[in-house]
Amino acid sequence: MLFAQIIFYLLAGVAVVSALLVITRRNPVHSAIYLIITLLSVALIYLQLQAEFLAAVQIILYIGGIMVLFLFVIMLVRLDEALRQEQFNRQWFVAGVAVVVLAVELIGVIYLGRDTALGPEAGPEALKALQPNTERIGEALFQTYMLPFEIASLLLLVAMVGAVLMARRRVE
Amino acid sequence: MVPTWHYLLLSAALLTIGILGVLTRRNIIIILMSLELILNAVNINLVAFSRQWGDVSGQVFAIFIITVAAAEAAVGLGILIALFRNRDTVNADEIDLLKW
Repeated sequence: MLFAQIIFYLLAGVAVVSALLVITRRNPVHSAIYLIITLLSVALIYLQLQAEFLAAVQIILYIGGIMVLFLFVIMLVRLDEALRQEQFNRQWFVAGVAVVVLAVELIGVIYLGRDTALGPEAGPEALKALQPNTERIGEALFQTYMLPFEIASLLLLVAMVGAVLMARRRVE
Repeated sequence: MVPTWHYLLLSAALLTIGILGVLTRRNIIIILMSLELILNAVNINLVAFSRQWGDVSGQVFAIFIITVAAAEAAVGLGILIALFRNRDTVNADEIDLLKW
């Protein structure tokens, strides 16, 4: 019991620290690598939340798919000039104040509502409904959420056509 | 067991860091990475609530969000390549063709 808590706080710390490094590094390749560390610790947090299928999807799709796409684009774009320039825009101070206000608000709402708004914690019997995980997700995805699933496949098709159209070299 | 509101705090932290990145950085590639951080914060919330209520719907929604994130990254990076080809810059504040 205690071991699971220590693992969670360790993973949460790693995720937050490397997320901060993502938005502060000068070189986008370093940002991408720190983002991979964040995504990996989020995947391990899914495992700790007993969402095994989602942890696998996170690693395969996010780290194996999206981050490789990011690294490819970083290689395609010439960044030497951008690396020498100022990395933060002129509104950084106003943005920082706004984000601090937002953070205080979020933390306050979550802390004040932790007992009343969230309802009771799940017992072991509620967790049984999530297992076996892949089977339960498959049932929900192909029965209850069949129409959203089809729409998602259409969305991916449109995104693929759009990406090809955008990245294509103009032919006169 | 870790209480659900600790997961919500982690999610809030990742969300604020992502918003800070979107608002302050000039490099579009890093702005897109900050968007991925924001989407991951939402996913942590969904999976934590899925565990709290013993309902698998939250995890299904997280899968849909990952799908949308993949589509968004593909189109966004396609736009970035087209932009770099036309304007030779990756800085978000230099893209001001529509400003008057």
